[in-house]
Amino acid sequence: MTDALQQLAARVCAAKADATPLYVHGGNTKKHLLGRTCSVERTLDISKYRGISHYQPQELVISARAGTPISELESALAEQGQMLPFEPPRYAGQATIGGTLAGNLSGPGRPWLGSIRDSVLGVQLINGSGQILEFGGKVMKNVAGYDVSRLQAGALGTLGVICEVHLKVLPLPEASVTLARDTSPDEALALMTNYAGQPKPLTGACWVNGKLYLRLAGAASAVEHTAQIWGGDRVDGAIWTQLQDMTHSFFTPSAELWRLATTPTAPCSDQADQCIDWGGSQRWLRTPPASIPQGAHLNLFSGGDRQTEVRGKLDQVQQTLQLRLKKAFDPAGILNPGRLYSWM
Amino acid sequence: MPHPESVLLGLSKLNNILEVDPKARTARLQPGVTNLAISEAAAAHGLYYGPDPSSQIACSIGGNVAENSGGVHCLKYGLTVHNLLCVEMLTVEGERTTLGGGGLDSPGYDLMALVTGSEGLLGIVTEVTVKLLPCPEVARVVMAGFDSVRAAGDAVGAVIAAGIIPAGLEMMDALAIQAAEDFAQAGYPKEAQALLLCELDGTAEEVDQHVEAVTNIFNQHGASSLRVSSDDAERALLWKGRKSAFPAIGRLSADYYCMDGTIPRSQVSHVLEEISKLSAKYQLRCANVFHAGDGNLHPLIMFDSGDPQQLARAERFGADILELSVAVGGCITGEHGVGLEKLNQMPSQFSEAELHQFEDIKHAFDPALTLNPGKGIPILKRCQEYRALPRRHSHD
Repeated sequence: MTDALQQLAARVCAAKADATPLYVHGGNTKKHLLGRTCSVERTLDISKYRGISHYQPQELVISARAGTPISELESALAEQGQMLPFEPPRYAGQATIGGTLAGNLSGPGRPWLGSIRDSVLGVQLINGSGQILEFGGKVMKNVAGYDVSRLQAGALGTLGVICEVHLKVLPLPEASVTLARDTSPDEALALMTNYAGQPKPLTGACWVNGKLYLRLAGAASAVEHTAQIWGGDRVDGAIWTQLQDMTHSFFTPSAELWRLATTPTAPCSDQADQCIDWGGSQRWLRTPPASIPQGAHLNLFSGGDRQTEVRGKLDQVQQTLQLRLKKAFDPAGILNPGRLYSWM
Repeated sequence: MPHPESVLLGLSKLNNILEVDPKARTARLQPGVTNLAISEAAAAHGLYYGPDPSSQIACSIGGNVAENSGGVHCLKYGLTVHNLLCVEMLTVEGERTTLGGGGLDSPGYDLMALVTGSEGLLGIVTEVTVKLLPCPEVARVVMAGFDSVRAAGDAVGAVIAAGIIPAGLEMMDALAIQAAEDFAQAGYPKEAQALLLCELDGTAEEVDQHVEAVTNIFNQHGASSLRVSSDDAERALLWKGRKSAFPAIGRLSADYYCMDGTIPRSQVSHVLEEISKLSAKYQLRCANVFHAGDGNLHPLIMFDSGDPQQLARAERFGADILELSVAVGGCITGEHGVGLEKLNQMPSQFSEAELHQFEDIKHAFDPALTLNPGKGIPILKRCQEYRALPRRHSHD
């Protein structure tokens, strides 16, 4: 166990002893995204706890300390013809793997390639009592004990300080083609649903600025053949990088940005300014929808009032369970308090 | 094996398929619906459910959630946890809540992920919504025999290194090959020391391209025999041997003890050599089937439960294999769960502090330890009642 890790644990122990909360951060790229503003003065910076600790391409497994930038991981993987399946935002090279897990952020391939929640195999973390713990591992299947690794995805660092992450990786696709065509959003949703139901190498389907984009990726023969059948204009794949990094002009205004997680078949919003991603499962909106489809969840992703609740409301049963779970990991409530919900 | 004083809550009669939504590609199910029944119901729409444990005729989706079951296709299509959208659960207080939702993200902690694989310790699953996948256009199997486990293991690594993710990739050792062939007459090469079954699926062009690549790789690694399925009947036959490996071993021995460790793929020849030494040490035969794609090893230790000494030796043999799995960087259970049987091996994988963290999670959901008492997580000193349970179940 390294000195640096022991020092991080000592900081957590001290915070618990002083009953002084910590704001845990890495590259600071998500401070104003996903959750509420965490108005805590004492910070725990993990950005220097970085580096790839283990990489065996033939095992399809990579391990890295939490402060490792996504771009560093991607470079190491690309040298071996591999990639992070979940295509996380790099945020100008500052985003870290620890923060990516905490935020459960993923790119346009989510329905086909999963999010980091689907790729994480194991974590090392420091719980709110300052204990250094390891869960999961570096193997594809592991059902010993509860799946604490996956639980960190989207917890915004409120259950533990993520120190090291073990991930499943995938080979880079041999070929990739992007097809585009002009459609209405309603037509785009119908087409996305139709295409996603076919056994073809689809790994991206989005609609923005009046255009439907489809990404085919995989074996060259399958990609080429499918592109011929489906038709449309062949364009470069810039749209996918722009969605992944949220650099597309749709995301430029700093006004409220709402994210609706829904079934792909849910009716289209009548808002003019929207972006549909994940084959219809993710709808980016500038104002909250008049009604939320059954089973959908709404999150004020960025902008707006971040002192109030920004995540979807939980029923009383889950609120109780989630609060008890928070206490199980962080009994003194010192890790990113209020970041996920005001009451947590 | 329930606690002697417990009430059994059987969910198998909750076996209705509530809805198949072909457009959203989902199925809403009661927990007692069998795994295979989901794919059968989805087939009319050209869809299927990905995870396919070998027990899929009998195992239920509720149990699959409890164990986070995989199957031969999980390297490419994921485990149960990757194929769920929504789980309705009763808490131990009898209150109903829905985890997950119609979309891919949920607002708070991902309790659906935590509940998946929790062996029924955190709540009672009453409804499950799963994702369905489009049925591949084509699937073909490449079967190859090898003169050594090492050559077969290297060939597996080479397939992955070539950037191919097979739909299924299975290895069997000599004893398993012989037993399966005698049982199923699948045409396995009985003289081979290791057998690989590699399934490739996708579009017709893609499968042709990958079959050629995999065939070349197997030849380069010295395959002593090679066969590619030409139609679905032949593909089913080649799988039949593998899928009947457990009953085939059952014919060779009065009893067998199936282990479930997961290991890094590259360690397979080392681990099988060590298992061979343990087999000599404990004087018990052991056949090995291996989900080579995802590193999940199923050694089948043959013994006679009528002989108490053999039973004790089989248990020690099994425990040694699990500890070996952890020592090479793996884990004690890939998909079968801990239950009561592997409680003793939990401390070889987890520290005291980690086990305490598990206990705290259990307390958050079930403070009185009512659900599946004594399972999954080993005894801890601070709960005397909890500690008393495993002793009653002890095999010693």
